[in-house]
Amino acid sequence: MSDVAARKAEIRALAEAARDKKAAYGPDLDLSAFNAAQDAESVESLEALDKQMKEVALSVGIESSEEGRAGTYFQVDRSPIYQRVTEMYGGKLEIMSTKDAVELYPELMYEQYYWRAVAPDKDKYTALVALQETEGYFIRVLPGQKIDKPIQACLFVSENNITQNVHNVIVMEEGSEATVITGCTIHPKVREGLHAGISEFYLGKGSKLTFTMIHNWAEDFDVRPRTAIVLDEDATYINNYVLMKPVKSIQSFPVAKCVGDRSRAVFNSIVYGLEDSTIDIGSESIMEGEGSRSEAIARTVSRDRSVVYSRGRLIGRTNDCKAHLDCRGMVQSAESTQWAIPDLASEGAPGAELSHEAAISPIAAEEIYYLMSRGVPKDEAVSMITRGFLDLEIPGLPAALRRQIDKALEETAKDSM
Amino acid sequence: MSVDSASPLLQVEGLHVSVGDREILRGVDLVIAEGETHVLLGPNGGGKTTLLNTIVGLPGYRVTAGRILFKGTDLAGLEIDERARLGIGVAFQRPPAVRGIKLKQLIQVAGGDSFDEAAMADVIGGLTLERMIDRDVNMGFSGGEMKRSEMAQLIAQAPDLTLFDEPESGVDLDNIAVVGGAMTRLLKAERVGKGTRSGLIVTHTGHILEYVNADIGHVLYNGRLACKGNPRDLIDEIGKHGYDKCVECAICQM
Repeated sequence: MSDVAARKAEIRALAEAARDKKAAYGPDLDLSAFNAAQDAESVESLEALDKQMKEVALSVGIESSEEGRAGTYFQVDRSPIYQRVTEMYGGKLEIMSTKDAVELYPELMYEQYYWRAVAPDKDKYTALVALQETEGYFIRVLPGQKIDKPIQACLFVSENNITQNVHNVIVMEEGSEATVITGCTIHPKVREGLHAGISEFYLGKGSKLTFTMIHNWAEDFDVRPRTAIVLDEDATYINNYVLMKPVKSIQSFPVAKCVGDRSRAVFNSIVYGLEDSTIDIGSESIMEGEGSRSEAIARTVSRDRSVVYSRGRLIGRTNDCKAHLDCRGMVQSAESTQWAIPDLASEGAPGAELSHEAAISPIAAEEIYYLMSRGVPKDEAVSMITRGFLDLEIPGLPAALRRQIDKALEETAKDSM
Repeated sequence: MSVDSASPLLQVEGLHVSVGDREILRGVDLVIAEGETHVLLGPNGGGKTTLLNTIVGLPGYRVTAGRILFKGTDLAGLEIDERARLGIGVAFQRPPAVRGIKLKQLIQVAGGDSFDEAAMADVIGGLTLERMIDRDVNMGFSGGEMKRSEMAQLIAQAPDLTLFDEPESGVDLDNIAVVGGAMTRLLKAERVGKGTRSGLIVTHTGHILEYVNADIGHVLYNGRLACKGNPRDLIDEIGKHGYDKCVECAICQM
């Protein structure tokens, strides 16, 4: 048996054994309640998508005109319907479905990238993805290439009550730089369903990836991303996560492994808990490389009956490492619950410097009165303060995305009044 | 709506105000006409800030008797923002820091749609706010920066009546002159067809009066306006004899 075949069998065996393994966090889901995703038809251009789809895609940062984008991947349910590298970036990056990448580079994928950062038997959700043939995007930025426009990837659910299982792989070759915007959303007619997404990102020496994920789901939709990032020497990973709309439950806890010396991982999260959402988000940074650094900043607002967990774990395994957590929550409803759970560990690294600031507080009445004294009506004052609280100044965020997030904040603030 | 120049801008009549169970103001009468700047002196805890906050409309200040008329309108039942839009502005002694709201944004909000880029540049230059303008408002501001920030917002807001709560507190000498200059600019600004603006300055040191001209002084003592007169004379008298004697003295025109 070839190495690839042996590894495939191993992944399968691991996943089989984990079929019913509950996740460490988040509500447990009955996976038998969901149907398998169907095929969707490919399109020649994103402009061919119906107007409604284009609009919801835009709300998660996906431009159907592809203007200002270096490349696009668009998946509907289980099918990649469109993938393209914009002409001027030809030869600088590759975009294809993960399935195609596994066929094209079987040894490389199985040896280095496919199920190497995320374990197939982590829990029932990774097992679900491992046991079914799934798509998802593969993005590879070639050595030394600096892609100055964002690459966009949309994972779109168009049918009710299906599971969309995806497996994404990003490979940043040595010295490369890129920004990837991933928008995950659903057709307005979809109420229930599950999105289970494996993401494995590999950052080569001196590379830099800014990864922004905007989620936009529905009241009865469940989401279980499983993400791991491996950083080589001098690599920088910046993760921006934005959730502004209601969801039934989401549980996500990406892990950055700062293996290389002087590598750096940054997590910024903006979460707005609405209605009956159960949101359990966080990140883990493991610092093994000398001089590795990490910073995790979360801003969470909870309204209505939402329950929000904001976790952050920092693990230092080398003497020369430093990391800081900053999670602030604002509770705006008597029926909502927030947890801030910082978690720090120094493992055999007496020189590790790990710190955290966690706070949960109400919207301050005196701040509302202050704005009102300048002539701002009360509801607008509340909305301004909420926006301000959630407005992380994320360095390196593309201006277009900045506007996108601003717009989402504005609309959500307006809706919630 | 044009205001009859003969009618007072602010009329406080027999005002009683309680905070919690405690009665702080016990029958305050005060009239401020258009173009007048009044000074409110008095010992700490005497109710000066209570009077200001009651006019502003902050919750927790319960009017148990009397009323406040502004431009002839009874302020009872009006929200803080409605009073602000009616023409009342306030420079707080210790304004709160607001995370994520930039000073520039707040100046723009206070100034409204007609407050254009030139006006913004003028305010920023006049109060040397260049290094503060893109910071979260009041976040880590020094005492002087805080007051300059308040002045900038008020110049943009252009209220007909501005209430200043201890404008000199926590401000170093360099900044006092700047703050005083901004107060003068606020109070002396001509409004076409609307007469000049008015002010009410709360101070317990009187130091700010070296930089701003005021017309009439009052001493708020024991929940009442006990004394009225030339602001400088009042301050001299208080300086010599203290508040207890001042309220009995001869220069009082009550």
